[in-house]
Amino acid sequence: MKRLVPCALGVLALGWSAAALSDELVIGVRTEPQSIDPHWNSLSGDKQVEQHYFQRLVHMNEFSQPVPQLAVSVEPIADDTWEVKLRQGVKWHDGADFDADDVLFTYQRLIDKVPGAPSAPFHAIGRGNKQFKKVDSHTVHVTTDGPYPTLRPDMGGFAILAEHAASGAEPSVDFNNGKAAIGTGPYKFVEFKSGDRTIIEKNPNYWGDAKTWAPKWDKITFKPITEGSSRLAAVLAGDVDVVDYLPTADVARLKKDGKIVVAEGSSDRVIYFRMHRRDIEPYVTTNDDKPMFPNPLLDWRVRRAMSVAINRDAIRDRVMGGASIPTGNVVPKGFFGHHEGIETDPYDPEESKKLLAAAGYPDGFKITLHGPNDRYINDAKIAETVAQMWTRVGIKTAVSTMPRNIFFTKQRSGGPNSQPYFQMPSFSVTLVGWGTGTGEALYSLDGLVRTYNDLAGHGYSNSGRYSNLRVDVLISMAEKELDDEKRLVHLREAAEIALRDYAVIPIHFQVNFWGLRKGLKMTPQTNERTYGWNIDKAG
Amino acid sequence: MTAFIIRRLMQSVIVIWVMTLIVFFGVNVIGDPVEMYASDLCNQACRQRIVESLGLDRPIFEQYLVFLGSALKGELGNSFRLGVPSLEAIMARLPATIELAIFAMLLTVTVGIPLGMWAGLRPKSIAGRLIMGGSILGFSLPSFWVGLMLILIFALQLGWLPTTGRGDTREFLGLEFSFLTVDGFRHMILPGVNLSLFFMALLIRLVRAGVREVLFVDYIKFAHAKGLHWHRVIFVHLLKNIMIPVITVLGLEFGGLLAFAVITETIFAWPGMGKLLIDSINLLDRPLIVAYLMLIVFFFIVINLTVDITYSFLDPRVRLQRAPS
Amino acid sequence: MTATVEAVETVEDVPARVETPFRRFVMEYSESKVAVAAFFGFVAIVFIALFANWITPQNPHDLMQIDILDNLLPPGSEALVGYTYVLGTDGQGRDMLSAIFFGLRISIFVGVASGLAAFVIGMFVGLISAYAGGRVDAFIMRVVDLQLGFPTILIALVLLAALGQGVDKVIFALIVVQWAYYARTVRGTALVERRREYVESAECLALGRFRIILKHLLPNCLPPLIVIGTVQVAHSIALEASLSFLGVGLPPTEPSLGLLIANGREYMFGGHYWISVYPGIALLIVIGAINLMGDQLRDVLNPRLNR
Repeated sequence: MKRLVPCALGVLALGWSAAALSDELVIGVRTEPQSIDPHWNSLSGDKQVEQHYFQRLVHMNEFSQPVPQLAVSVEPIADDTWEVKLRQGVKWHDGADFDADDVLFTYQRLIDKVPGAPSAPFHAIGRGNKQFKKVDSHTVHVTTDGPYPTLRPDMGGFAILAEHAASGAEPSVDFNNGKAAIGTGPYKFVEFKSGDRTIIEKNPNYWGDAKTWAPKWDKITFKPITEGSSRLAAVLAGDVDVVDYLPTADVARLKKDGKIVVAEGSSDRVIYFRMHRRDIEPYVTTNDDKPMFPNPLLDWRVRRAMSVAINRDAIRDRVMGGASIPTGNVVPKGFFGHHEGIETDPYDPEESKKLLAAAGYPDGFKITLHGPNDRYINDAKIAETVAQMWTRVGIKTAVSTMPRNIFFTKQRSGGPNSQPYFQMPSFSVTLVGWGTGTGEALYSLDGLVRTYNDLAGHGYSNSGRYSNLRVDVLISMAEKELDDEKRLVHLREAAEIALRDYAVIPIHFQVNFWGLRKGLKMTPQTNERTYGWNIDKAG
Repeated sequence: MTAFIIRRLMQSVIVIWVMTLIVFFGVNVIGDPVEMYASDLCNQACRQRIVESLGLDRPIFEQYLVFLGSALKGELGNSFRLGVPSLEAIMARLPATIELAIFAMLLTVTVGIPLGMWAGLRPKSIAGRLIMGGSILGFSLPSFWVGLMLILIFALQLGWLPTTGRGDTREFLGLEFSFLTVDGFRHMILPGVNLSLFFMALLIRLVRAGVREVLFVDYIKFAHAKGLHWHRVIFVHLLKNIMIPVITVLGLEFGGLLAFAVITETIFAWPGMGKLLIDSINLLDRPLIVAYLMLIVFFFIVINLTVDITYSFLDPRVRLQRAPS
Repeated sequence: MTATVEAVETVEDVPARVETPFRRFVMEYSESKVAVAAFFGFVAIVFIALFANWITPQNPHDLMQIDILDNLLPPGSEALVGYTYVLGTDGQGRDMLSAIFFGLRISIFVGVASGLAAFVIGMFVGLISAYAGGRVDAFIMRVVDLQLGFPTILIALVLLAALGQGVDKVIFALIVVQWAYYARTVRGTALVERRREYVESAECLALGRFRIILKHLLPNCLPPLIVIGTVQVAHSIALEASLSFLGVGLPPTEPSLGLLIANGREYMFGGHYWISVYPGIALLIVIGAINLMGDQLRDVLNPRLNR
């Protein structure tokens, strides 16, 4: 077989030159849209297609930083009020003018709740009790309960709909059939066949220019190909022009072969371990399988021992196809709130063993590491590899991986002492990921390390129930601070305290790979999405 | 006969009802749909809104009664993830699946039965041994692996066929089918072969076993002795007598091909019902899963009914209308 | 048809003769050299599987013994600790040879245990259904319909969610999935057999119901069943691999042959063929042996073949 592949590639290479002339693009994607209604859910597979025809007030650029899109500026004018100036001269696909009424209509639709929608972008409006007020045809004021510094990324969280097309439309259905799928974007929606294809075409009357996402292709087809090897085969055979989430196992060879172009870009998603902090953990036992009290994971030395036992470089080189960014942070470089001072822990098994001995566990103990096997890049493999590393220093680790539909529920609930309204996680040590989609640290720290609080809506992903008063105070100060400089200080300090305390153990930021037919190039996005305006003909 | 069919269909209503019960509660055991749709930014209040939006805030038995009530009116509810009526979503995928299933079935029968008979009539010949040896490949290798190998060889290495997808379709009777276009048909070949291999292997072995056995039975010997031409002996007497297990297996196969071509459809990105099911299970789309499996149970009931009726035609000794004892 | 009745009778008369039924069985089985070879091959495989701990250079289930830094080495490479990776290593640095030997044990256990259990359950349910007829038959067959309409992946997911990960859960899932196929097939065959003269004459002799089912109906239904049975044992092994492919199979640190193949698929296009191909060959050998044995067994046990 070794000989078969390169020879096959040689044959195929001949076919490509002809296809390269076409102005149509076929993209093989791992996840297809579920619905064309942009307020139906928050799944990335939906968003990446939707953003071609529906636009937002604010766009998150390739580094997930907010840049104006349908707004020209979003600025605070008082402690609790932001002024949103809308772009002039923007037209909907059907020729009507875009104005403040469309923004107010969209916002109202979200408040009224889209009936049956599994996850309309509620998070963007659910916080801060935002009120939208029309000032003139192209100015909107947004008032909030007190200072609300993260309004810009919030405005980047939902698509603006055309009032005349979408009012009274049946959710999902009327968008799928195109009736209400009237946007302002560089592409027009053409057809959606679930499981088969989503087709969009060039909007000849697009308002923008080359700097603002202008269409480069006459037609783009998104084809869902779930299985990684099949996706790779499809781009190798020239059946599609671009694929996302190239399986990492093949990347080194593909780069060397040069039969397709491999684009890589770091992601905003950090992969980390979480240690749970109950007095007795169900999956932490002594070497002879007895429950342990106190829970060793409560001991800082044990958590540090677990972190320095991990050879992050080996994971990058051996598991991730040579590309991942080992880290000790939860917010990537270049994002608001990233902390240079938090260094990646070195690989030091000797220190790890010493720490375990100092903590009173010279012979180690047993844990089970739980993780998903279909959610993050190589998730199950990372779990397996880290289990090796922990076992070496004495923490005998069993691995249990499961599909995400089981994992994430159990991660949150079903554990000992669980009861309605008081859900305890089932697991003790988990491998999870977190994407900082808003480009700044507040939401990440709020979700990951703030004390879990159902009523206030804090620490919603803090399934380990880490709790540190200083971290909480700093985050709540940052939450109310409009001055970016001061906010940054709070956020960095909170992150430093929590991460030095090993509230979580970060491993790396993912690096994503795309495969492109020869003659194409692309600019990757940190939010892992594939956009037509990022793909260009080379040379 | 009519009474038999009516009775059977009445029983099937109960079976379908039991199915809804099992699936409705079973999906709940797997996990909480909210976790599938909530983004990283979704806090507790946001999750609560999802729960309400999906109607999961009421006790599960109450949810079930609501479902049952609307099901009796013929409404199986909207899919969580797609936001369209579940039945509509399933029906949209039906043509792709049906044509693939029929194609795979034709392959199975036209290749499997002759090969099986050859191997049965000439068990010691080289061809016979090769057929039997080859059939082992058909059911021992996991289908995802075979599928990928097919892609590697026929799409990548030889470049004869496309890797994935459905290709061009043409409308026929108001539905879109691929087998009517050259491009569409080329897309069907690899998944069709992948899908048929297991049952083809099983069929070859069943037919061979049947032939070997029947050859020694008296009536075949008599037929020979009477001087009937050999191919009349083979095709009429012999085939008819090995058909019962074959028909059973084919019936089961057809149901399986329709409903659960999950792996093949995933590997070949075929937009059929199997893919719809696995995607729905992955996102815990309960209304769609329930509707889907209700439909599938109904399929199986009809298929098994057809098989049972076929028995009585093939072999008069099997009687359908036995009074309940 | 008289031949059939006689055949059944002779089987029952055997104890009266000099040769024991076992010896007779061995004699008939040994008529095919290939089948004998398959038998010894299978015994050898089972031996390897049972004693894998002692004959492999590495225990691939012990995370202390495998090293990620040794991953993806081609066959024949030297390990950091001295021995040679005869068949290379996988993505985690497991010695493929050791992993295959250990995987054999899990796969054979899963395949045979679930295959046999489903076979026995399905057979009896099918026979009872065919023999009893009426309401019993209707009830059993509707349960079968229900079962057939239930996708494997859903059963596996529910079990995984409710009970956790493990070999026993996978076996249970595979039994639940497969028994209905046997039941349905046996019933079809038994319906025909039930109306044959020998069953009717047995009924005339007022023999007990279970005696008729076990001694008369069963042997005559066996041939197609053994075909499906041996195929299905193989299929269970492949099915377990498919479950692993879908992520609901065994724990990743204790791979079966199927899981090894499933893991290897990701490396196939990248030229690391050994991860997927060698376990595949091992799987073929096991399944080939089981089927060759099954073929011969079917001929030997078939009362209708004139020997």
